[in-house]
Amino acid sequence: MIDQHRQAFKEEAYELLAELETSLLELEEQPDDVDVIGRVFRAMHTIKGSGSMFGFDDIAAFTHEVETIFDMVRNGKLKVTGRLVNLTLAARDQIRAMLDGADDGGGGVDLKASGEIIMGLRELAGFQPAAAEPPEAAAAAQKPVNLATYRIRFAPSRDIFITGTNPLTLLQELKELGTCSVVAQTGDFPCLEEIDPEACYVYWDLILTTDQGDNAIRDVFIFVEDDCELRIEQVAEHTQFDEPQDYKKLGMILLERGDITTEEMEEILAQQHKFGELAVSNGILDQGKVQSALVEQRHVKEVRQEKQATEAASSIRVPAERLDLLVNLVGEMVTVQARLSQTAAQREDAELVAIAEEVERLTAELRDSALNIRMLPIGSTFSKFKRLVRDLSVELGKQIEITTEGAETELDKTVIEKLNDPLVHLIRNSIDHGIELPEARVEAGKPAHGTVHLAAVHSGDSVVITIDDDGAGLDKEAIRAKAIEKGIIAATAELSDKELFSLIFAPGFSTAKKISSVSGRGVGMDVVKRAIELLRGSIDISSVQGKGTRIAVKIPLTLAIIESLRVQIGEDSFMLPLSLVDECVELTREDVERSHGRNLAHVRAQLIPYIPLREHFRIQGTPPEIQQIVITQMNGSRVGFVVDQVIGEHQTVIKSLGRAYRDVDGISGATILGDGSVALILDVPQLLQAVEAGQA
Amino acid sequence: MAKVIMTADDSASVRQMVTFTLKQGGYDVVEAVDGKDALQKLSSTKVDMLITDLNMPNLDGIGLIKGARALPSCKFIPIVMLTTESQDSKKQEGKAAGATGWIVKPFKPEQLMAVVKKVLG
Repeated sequence: MIDQHRQAFKEEAYELLAELETSLLELEEQPDDVDVIGRVFRAMHTIKGSGSMFGFDDIAAFTHEVETIFDMVRNGKLKVTGRLVNLTLAARDQIRAMLDGADDGGGGVDLKASGEIIMGLRELAGFQPAAAEPPEAAAAAQKPVNLATYRIRFAPSRDIFITGTNPLTLLQELKELGTCSVVAQTGDFPCLEEIDPEACYVYWDLILTTDQGDNAIRDVFIFVEDDCELRIEQVAEHTQFDEPQDYKKLGMILLERGDITTEEMEEILAQQHKFGELAVSNGILDQGKVQSALVEQRHVKEVRQEKQATEAASSIRVPAERLDLLVNLVGEMVTVQARLSQTAAQREDAELVAIAEEVERLTAELRDSALNIRMLPIGSTFSKFKRLVRDLSVELGKQIEITTEGAETELDKTVIEKLNDPLVHLIRNSIDHGIELPEARVEAGKPAHGTVHLAAVHSGDSVVITIDDDGAGLDKEAIRAKAIEKGIIAATAELSDKELFSLIFAPGFSTAKKISSVSGRGVGMDVVKRAIELLRGSIDISSVQGKGTRIAVKIPLTLAIIESLRVQIGEDSFMLPLSLVDECVELTREDVERSHGRNLAHVRAQLIPYIPLREHFRIQGTPPEIQQIVITQMNGSRVGFVVDQVIGEHQTVIKSLGRAYRDVDGISGATILGDGSVALILDVPQLLQAVEAGQA
Repeated sequence: MAKVIMTADDSASVRQMVTFTLKQGGYDVVEAVDGKDALQKLSSTKVDMLITDLNMPNLDGIGLIKGARALPSCKFIPIVMLTTESQDSKKQEGKAAGATGWIVKPFKPEQLMAVVKKVLG
């Protein structure tokens, strides 16, 4: 509790005690004055209530005893006597002493005196009031509850609106407990002239699947349970693996709900038509009730399917290393298969070629299914973020809700692992820099609580993860000013929004005005960008000031095998990730001379900067007359890589480099070619960075 | 626009805490020192919710709830009363007068916010 509030309470309590003294002395003169008795009671009551709210538990407990006595006086069950006034005055002094001592740990308070006063008061009252029960008793240890489905009928009384209750907020609260299907029952509506616009004629049938237990459901209705018809029945508990797919028949559900009798059901069943339609057309049931039962049928079926899906996914547990080993072996297999195909082609042996083709087909299948085994839904990562958001909201005094979409989207296990840190950082950023404090949001006409929306969706051989917040958005002017200050751009530079936003990925760039405990830990967006690029992914920002920011991270499904373009420089082979390659064009010696050493190529009236890899890697020998430029595209900018020759597309099994080569710039891994030689995989983003840094 | 909540309580420290908590939650707060003061302010100020203590001088919580419900502007707003465990009969009285719900004293700021969210949506 904040000290300021404690201080306010103390001041108030001193005032109340002074008043109490006056009142008590008055009471001695006029023992029957109801007003004065009321004043004494209220003073005690306030000290007790506020005292325990502000952490003065000893005062609250003690005052409670005195208040109990005065409640009896108030109700005429006890007479005011001189002894009562004396004891109460003593109690008053005791409370004062407790207040005085509150800040030095409660020392100096005579506990024995407190006991004696209480004993005296109890004696006067002629009974032994039980000491205030600690409320913990009620909150007995709650056992974890299994996922279960409940059928809830919530029929508020007609006059529920006059207590200011909005049934919709209750329904909303229920929805937050789990998966919920709601059917509004409007069958009781009278005809127009009989409608009382202030009465509630609707009732609701809900089917809720939750792991919170039925107490949580009852809690939702705590204020209205006395003035509504509330039925909560558990219809299914989802513990079994082998629940039948078919849920109860419609008639069975209606029977269980008591909406229909056995006779009525049998009568309808005797006719060979759809049960629900018949029940309605025969006038036994209204459409709403049938609708509601149908919803229950569908709801339970869906929940079961979902549960079975997740159970099936976790039905075999295999240590991760075994999977890694499998994928490694498949990788070797792919390599050998490439070699076999190559050899077969060279030998011109029809039978061998046929075998090689068969092996190629099988290897491809084997590769795909091995990689598939490593695919995991991203959902578990998402749910970790919920905790993060919750903790951060508390820490920063913001109200933030996180919503997710596409939790079932699958990604390679290693990708998910490596994605965790960058995503955490991005979400932290959204919360820390993006979403405003509640007051500021309200002032801007937005709801006090902000929203962070996480979504994952497949896009070709990649997954796009977006983090949307409805916060303040990026401040273009602030970014521009900062970039100029840091010397990243020239003061006169004209940048598109996209280019401007991408500046926040520059090393050492931060727009935060002050360093909070959340950001400013020395990890900038540049590190995030680098981590995403190591996954051969890209990151993209869009933002509208005042409305929010969207960050889209695109990453490949797997890291184990990539489609790549094989190129050759001299005797050496290199691989470029095919997803980054835009096109290949020729570069003649003439072209090179014409550009006067500026490394710019004209491609269809566009100037494209290029990097001569032969020079970059200091490979001996002379380039051929006509070289090739492989043009790549990263974050919207096109950059070319000059090589001797483009060989073609290739399935590349990525092998990580040994420790000695780990820090080599521009190379992200290696692969073994069909002939057994090694090709290096180019790290395109890093190459671009290295070159940019070299030019600056 | 931020929703406005009135807190009617004769204890300044409780008012201070309620106000502080609600403002943190992004609400605007109007304070009233007792039922009479609250009723007066309600007739001229539009509020979205009322949180009232039961024991107050001049006009107590029950009287305030009855009075507020009689005002057209307060007919359907949520009214939450602050009670203590020992006041179960008062709770019934309050409900009969038109209270939406109650908060049992002593309460923590999070409990207050949970109830506000529950009735105000």
